[in-house]
Amino acid sequence: MQSAEAGFDLRTEGDALVLHAAGRWLIASAAALDRALGRLAEIAPGTRLRIDLAGLERLDTVGAWLLLRTARTLEAQGVVASIVNVSPDFAPLLDQVAKGEPAPLPALPRESFAGQLVDILAAIGERTFAAGAEIRELVGFFGLVMVTALRTLRHPSRFRSAALVTQMDRNGVGALPIVGLLAFLIGIVIAFQGADQLRRFGAEIFTVNLLAVGILRELGVLITAIIVAGRSGSAFTAEIGAMEVNEEIDAMRTLGLDPVELLVLPRLVGLVLVLPLLAAYADFMALVGGALMSWGSLGVTPPFFVRQLHQAVGEWTFWVGILKAPFFAATIALVGCRAGFHVSRSAESVGRLTTLSVVRSIFLVIIIDALFSVLYSRLGI
Amino acid sequence: MVRVRGLRTRLGGRVLHDNLEFDLRHGEVLGVVGGSGSGKSVLLRTVIGLVEPEAGDIEVFGEDWRRLDDAGRRVLEAQWGVLFQDGALFSSLTAAQNIALPLREQLQLEPPLLHEVTQLKLSLVGLPGDTSAKYPAELSGGMRKRAGLARALALDPQLLFLDEPTAGLDPIAAGAFDELIRDLRASLGLTVFMVTHDLDSLIAICDRVAVLVDKRLIIGTIAELLRNPHPWIQAYFRGPRGRAALAGSDGQAVG
Repeated sequence: MQSAEAGFDLRTEGDALVLHAAGRWLIASAAALDRALGRLAEIAPGTRLRIDLAGLERLDTVGAWLLLRTARTLEAQGVVASIVNVSPDFAPLLDQVAKGEPAPLPALPRESFAGQLVDILAAIGERTFAAGAEIRELVGFFGLVMVTALRTLRHPSRFRSAALVTQMDRNGVGALPIVGLLAFLIGIVIAFQGADQLRRFGAEIFTVNLLAVGILRELGVLITAIIVAGRSGSAFTAEIGAMEVNEEIDAMRTLGLDPVELLVLPRLVGLVLVLPLLAAYADFMALVGGALMSWGSLGVTPPFFVRQLHQAVGEWTFWVGILKAPFFAATIALVGCRAGFHVSRSAESVGRLTTLSVVRSIFLVIIIDALFSVLYSRLGI
Repeated sequence: MVRVRGLRTRLGGRVLHDNLEFDLRHGEVLGVVGGSGSGKSVLLRTVIGLVEPEAGDIEVFGEDWRRLDDAGRRVLEAQWGVLFQDGALFSSLTAAQNIALPLREQLQLEPPLLHEVTQLKLSLVGLPGDTSAKYPAELSGGMRKRAGLARALALDPQLLFLDEPTAGLDPIAAGAFDELIRDLRASLGLTVFMVTHDLDSLIAICDRVAVLVDKRLIIGTIAELLRNPHPWIQAYFRGPRGRAALAGSDGQAVG
């Protein structure tokens, strides 16, 4: 497999040039042979060239192609080329390669500045339209799921309760450790930072109020939704996407089964039921973290913390946060499932759409959270 | 080319091969048949080093992949081509990029030559030039197999492993694929190890047939196997499909 083993030399014999090919013209030597043969372009038109293969030990398709290409390009320049002394071992290979004439490498079009500008503008336009279509489609999918849900409501026996329980277990119970740990840590961090700032005003005790309002209204549910979007939204896309790749979704349709009813509804309902509970759990864990930190750094004992908490929390504070959870859940489930159905039959598209579904559902969750803030401030709660 | 002795593989607690042995001779086409789940594909994957056997010697080109370091294994692996069942083309690359990938990785070819070699391989397996820019998802099953074969042939291997090359193809496409393999073997001097279910392709292109029964291989020409009294072999070749396939081959193999 050494490139030194393949080569050729050029001699004048009588009235013709003879190219003696020798050694093993294999793919491993192709790069070197390619360069060496390129120098033959200087042969004057009208010369007679014989390519003598008597010294050839081995030949593969690439070697054969190099020989044939040399002969063809030189002939195009007016050299009279011929291949001689082909051993019977190599003849079928040369014939086979001669049958397949590769098309020349297409030259890449060079872009002008104006052309590039137009391309950029066109890309912006395309993306805008695509975003519009995307929103329309998501709304359409939402409608489809709602219609299916209403139909299932009329025939409750068709609802897959086993699948629902599985989904609730996977997306709810399964998320308890990570949600709990992260919420606990967030509680500690907020208590620590809040105490540090409020101490300057001698208002350390309001750390408890900061914790109560910040976590119950916003952070608890938001952190939970973001974790669940990463954990469950991606899983929805990947599961449904892999089924799409395997043609399982098509199989369902041919069996008269509705993939929306079978796959989307249990995930949607499961997540809507489970996310408020997870958010409440996150609230609790974050307050525990905050209470521990307050005890450690401010000397606020737990009974005192609880009393202060009662003063800080209005009757709505907890529900203001929890009420958002079902909306976040529905968004995550719908975006995740819809992306799954969009997978085309390639492994790459599963990955791309999974990423897309997570990014998009987190984005939408934060937008919805902002809308809720506006709504609550109008309502004065 | 390939020499296997005393091979024993276990998969999921079940022994698939026990004291299995065979030789693959230079320049021959060996077809491996056997019931579903008997471990034909596993045998192929063991020989090329994707499955670790429990015991036994496997020599390809006189070397055992288990005794080589990583660099040695790469050199060895570059000398054979493998066609997986559905082509196993990389779905994110076009057909041409699939074929060019091993060439790019192993050799430093100039772009024009790389392009020419890629196109040459495509035409070698009988694919039209406009296939090169298509993605695997846009190709039919038969075209995917051909493109997979072109990728397996990219580095001009001497030894080719085929896993059910004609499965899932219509009879015309399967026949064309058989013919393609026969032509390529004649012109490129290939040695072929082929796992198959297809009686027609066994008869059309295989020099010898290996039957995987009772965790071992029984090897012979079809005529020899027909005289073997083993019930599975008799059921395989003397069953209605076997008889039809043998009758279609001018009865030459029956003799």
